[in-house]
Amino acid sequence: MVGSRPTQPTRQLADELYEQLDAYIETLQIDPDDPYRRETLIRSLHRAQEIFGYLPAEVQRHVAGRYAISHAEVSGVISFYNYFTTTPKGKVQIDVCLGTACYVNGADKVLQEFERILNIKSGEVTPDGQFSIESLRCVGACSLAPVVTVNGKVYGRVQPEKVQEILEHYLVEIDREEEPIHVKN
Amino acid sequence: MVNLIIDNQPVSVPEGTTILEAARQVYIHIPTLCYLNLDAMKLHNQTASCRICVVEVEGRCNLAPSCATPVAEGMKVTTNSRRVLSARRTLLQLILSNHPTDCLICAKSTDCELQNLAWEFGINAQAYQHGEQSSFSIDKSSGALKRDPDKCIMCRRCETMCNEVQTVGALTAFGRGFNVTVGPAEMQPLVNSNCVYCGQCVSVCPTAALTGVGYIDETWAALFDPSKKVVVQVAPAVRVAIGEEFGFPMGQPVTGKLVAGLRRMGFNAVFDTTFGADLTVVEEAHEIIERVTQNERLPVLTSCCPGWINFLRYHFPNLSYMPSSCKSPQQMVGAVSKSYYAEQMGIDPKDLVMISVMPCIAKKYEAAMPEHSRDGLPDVDYVITTRELAKMFKESGIDLRYMPDESFDHPLGESTGAGVIFGATGGVLEAALRTIYEEVTGHDLEDVNFTAVRGIAGVKEATIDLGERTVCVAATSGLGNARKLLENIEKGISKYDVIEIMACPGGCVNGGGQPYSQDRAEVIEQRIKGLYMIDGWQSHRKSHQNPSIQHLYQEFLGEPGSDKAHELLHVTYYEDVPAVHSK
Ligand code: SF4
Ligand code: SF4
Ligand code: SF4
Ligand code: FES
Ligand code: FES
Repeated sequence: MVGSRPTQPTRQLADELYEQLDAYIETLQIDPDDPYRRETLIRSLHRAQEIFGYLPAEVQRHVAGRYAISHAEVSGVISFYNYFTTTPKGKVQIDVCLGTACYVNGADKVLQEFERILNIKSGEVTPDGQFSIESLRCVGACSLAPVVTVNGKVYGRVQPEKVQEILEHYLVEIDREEEPIHVKN
Repeated sequence: MVNLIIDNQPVSVPEGTTILEAARQVYIHIPTLCYLNLDAMKLHNQTASCRICVVEVEGRCNLAPSCATPVAEGMKVTTNSRRVLSARRTLLQLILSNHPTDCLICAKSTDCELQNLAWEFGINAQAYQHGEQSSFSIDKSSGALKRDPDKCIMCRRCETMCNEVQTVGALTAFGRGFNVTVGPAEMQPLVNSNCVYCGQCVSVCPTAALTGVGYIDETWAALFDPSKKVVVQVAPAVRVAIGEEFGFPMGQPVTGKLVAGLRRMGFNAVFDTTFGADLTVVEEAHEIIERVTQNERLPVLTSCCPGWINFLRYHFPNLSYMPSSCKSPQQMVGAVSKSYYAEQMGIDPKDLVMISVMPCIAKKYEAAMPEHSRDGLPDVDYVITTRELAKMFKESGIDLRYMPDESFDHPLGESTGAGVIFGATGGVLEAALRTIYEEVTGHDLEDVNFTAVRGIAGVKEATIDLGERTVCVAATSGLGNARKLLENIEKGISKYDVIEIMACPGGCVNGGGQPYSQDRAEVIEQRIKGLYMIDGWQSHRKSHQNPSIQHLYQEFLGEPGSDKAHELLHVTYYEDVPAVHSK
């Protein structure tokens, strides 16, 4: 028999971020007895993701508490939408478009090359927190397919051979700020 | 009233009735799978996700799910046309195409609604093979509740039970499309969730996606280990339910046969959890009288249901100073067996194995809590459910119908009617009142029946005149009902001195470890009736009059509330538990 119990979840993210989120949620004037209060939940989760960058368990629990609903329910909603992420983004966020135009032009190979070099899967972040990869649906630049955006900057007609070069560019940038990070070749 | 025609039969039903319910009124059977309506516990599961119940409605081009389609005036419904039957068959085969077909070795075999449908439909081959199969891992992390998501058919009954009836909120549908399943937040192991292990989701799950963690193997191993003395205790609610597994009428008490069966299985001593219930009453009455006279930390909340205690700890941690410090009857019997009884028999507690048979999933969790071990030895080693014991009886060829009536062993086998009614909602309170009244007033209580606190209604209350002071008491079952009482306590508007709470709607007779039943309300009522019947038969109906209990105090414990009693029979659950979420 097991007999262990839920572990005390400690909050680790900065208080001022929670204050920002609470300031937003206050404006929604949630009534805990109103069965329709959930209608604004997705908006609050969007806001929370903007503020924190991602939605880890502690943020989910906080939002659940504000809405007087269960953590399970919040987690279920998050799991339903691709947009929401529960893992933090890296300093350098790589989004590979897997929309139809990009896909037929070999975007999957480009994604694989990013994954191979950084040694993480799409949706993950490198252990040092520097790089993360996500895949997206059409970003509206089909004429440039395949498209990759890095921290919002658009790269068009990316071929797998170009991936190394893009990464090196950002490595140099990171380097300028702090000590080098390890990239597997 | 709305008039319609179902399979050429005219039917009149009130507006808002579904086609399914209307058909039932004229005894037309429409198969269902996801649908579940348990009025007695306010559970309405109408997700219309399986579509097994489809029927043809004239003038409508699609087939309609009868469980979720309200009747309309003049409607013409056909429930068994060729189109309907073949659609249902295809739907069922699609469900089966992503369902393990290991029925032979499945815990739910012969109690599974999916298996039963496949049997009724005469399905004898997989129509769609080689498709993708889900492959989730099994979660037994809690040691109490087992999740096997590959067997989930997404009916969402468990979610309705957990989130709406029990208001625990431990479960959610997670993910989307083919990869969706039901589980705790973020698909964490259950032991990290706020599940309280009431097991009510197990009672409503149509398949083996949710079951209890089994301890049959461990129990057999102990029984066949020559170096161990193995003792067993049986909870009150077991004796009015296990008969169902052997063809006895619902709720019929089979106490003597149960004892005989256990003895034939090889237990060295057969004890009664009811003895522990009597002991709980004596200790708890002492505590209640003390706290009520000193107006201290009122109301006193009962503490014998671990499902409820978990709920309090996780959801209302700020009230966790409120429950009585008494251990549950199961733990009292465990503690007394491994101290007093072992000492008397000259057995080293290390060689004594205590098995308990419970109607409950949460008791499995409770027994494994570190608070219930002394010197590294758990007071209760393994907990098996009523269902598990029925299986063990069958495996060893014991048919309760042919057992003689035998009595429990001494000294932890003697009990009163007060202890037996612990298995029904209101019973703990009633038992305590019988003792408190006599202790406080010094008068004999002639009519021992406090009927106001009986029954499966939401909240039952009574006011008892104790001479100097009247006490105001309440009893409730089901955690949704408990939540309302607790919210009032938090708001400071509770008028009660003592409150009994049981996690399972109706009390332990409806525990998550009891034989599965499709007709819950009637079963609960019959089982409750069975318990009060036993109460009526007993020569002693007040716990403090139990001769073995009196003896135990004289010989071993001293007075109720003594140091020794505190050491063995009371517990304080740590107060640093997480507020998983407070609403
Ligand atoms: S055991 Fe009770 S609390 Fe746990 S998931 Fe099931 S219904 Fe919810
Ligand atoms: S776990 Fe059981 S009750 Fe819950 S959705 Fe799955 S099949 Fe239904
Ligand atoms: S009411 Fe009884 S069966 Fe249900 S969780 Fe509580 S102790 Fe167990
Ligand atoms: S498909 Fe990639 S930009 Fe349109
Ligand atoms: S029983 Fe009607 S849709 Fe499942």
